[in-house]
Amino acid sequence: MADTPKSVIVSPIFANNPIALQILGICSALAVTSNLATAMVMGVAVSLVTAFSSMFISMIRNQIPNSIRIIVQMTIIASLVIVVDQMLKAYAYETSKQLSVFVGLIITNCIVMGRAEAYAMKNGPVMSFLDGIGNGLGYTAVLFFVGFVRELFGSGSLFGVQILEKINDGGWYMPNGMMLLPPSAFFIIAGFIWLIRTWQPKQNEASEFKIAPNTQVKEAV
Amino acid sequence: MSSSNDSIKKTLTVALMLCIVCSVIVSGAAVIFKAQQQENKALDRKTNILAAAGLLVPGKTVDELYAQITPRVVNLNTGEYTDEFNPETYDQLKASKDPALSKALSNSEDVAGIKRREQFATVYLVEKDGELSRIILPVRGYGLWSTLHGFLALEADANTVIGLGFYQHAETPGLGGEVDNPKWKALWPGKEIYQEGTMEPQIELIKGSVDAGTPDAEHKIDGLSGATLTSRGVTNLVQYWIGEEGFGPYLSKFRKEGV
Repeated sequence: MADTPKSVIVSPIFANNPIALQILGICSALAVTSNLATAMVMGVAVSLVTAFSSMFISMIRNQIPNSIRIIVQMTIIASLVIVVDQMLKAYAYETSKQLSVFVGLIITNCIVMGRAEAYAMKNGPVMSFLDGIGNGLGYTAVLFFVGFVRELFGSGSLFGVQILEKINDGGWYMPNGMMLLPPSAFFIIAGFIWLIRTWQPKQNEASEFKIAPNTQVKEAV
Repeated sequence: MSSSNDSIKKTLTVALMLCIVCSVIVSGAAVIFKAQQQENKALDRKTNILAAAGLLVPGKTVDELYAQITPRVVNLNTGEYTDEFNPETYDQLKASKDPALSKALSNSEDVAGIKRREQFATVYLVEKDGELSRIILPVRGYGLWSTLHGFLALEADANTVIGLGFYQHAETPGLGGEVDNPKWKALWPGKEIYQEGTMEPQIELIKGSVDAGTPDAEHKIDGLSGATLTSRGVTNLVQYWIGEEGFGPYLSKFRKEGV
């Protein structure tokens, strides 16, 4: 697939989604999606970090010695994550309190590292930047979907605005407590992957092996 | 990628340059945002204190509202005020980890599950028209998963509750996490923490809901349904902090002598 600026941004959203197809970066998708506001901030933070780290890595890609390339990438990513974390603490204090350690954990988010290694080391800075934005958007799309389902059914609200009146507050809706706990994100992400693969069947991987029928030919006694 | 990149000299140069550039960026960010971050932290603490005391009214800034509050540092052992520390900067939680300023609690003493208790605590006094109207006490204790940090606000009789609010905890959302539910918090105002005329902590969370007709109803709060351990934790931490080991000496002195 020839890369055009448009394709590197759009294709990671559905066709080559980092979470749904590449199965990268699931950890934070479980942790920060119990409400939409934090999920969106996390999405923006990851997009920015991926974009800028890819850009910087791509700019110096011809200078990076092969033997320390992973360390160089990690250092750049870690520095950017610290800057983002400090910015959130200064300008979005409430959200940064909810995100707590997960901003720091962007460093270990496989998407950032994966794009640096797979794309930025081989392509120019501008395309790498766009690739980072695209993959960040793909990540954000999944977070939005998961956060939407979890907040709506778990708390009966969207972006903190009450949609379904809860029984505790005198309404009719019995919130689904499991939605607020991290494991529910597993089911929702699985559902998301299923939807995408039903829509785009070419994403289905070929089975690695076939299960043989569990019968043996026996001679009649 | 030429192979000359892999020479030892080149490797060291790249590593060194990268370290310098990155450390400048990181320390730059830390310095630039520091002032704003500290402001946020202070604002957050003030908001929590005001929210617990029920003083958080819309239309006024937090700083305006906070102006009516005077923090004082109290010696928990004697119940006396102390001027050893500046109440604006004294960090009670930090002190609770400092062996010189705190004491370790034995299992039987440690009802609230806090392991160490500091010698000095900050109380927040609210004055209205020259009269003391509210006392706000910091409380904390272990629930099911986490330590709950909050404030308990009392009226000037050092007995009637104005409000209890937690600003930090990690209890199960929807069950123990309901300590944040405004409906549940609304049950606290008007309750009495001590048995009539004594300094015996009486307030507790019970299973199910409180029948207003029972004789002890003013000491009882509805438990959180589905959160037995969090409810027990809240009972323990409130009883601990108003008891002999916590603010008991201070409150009893306060009752006898006023401020």
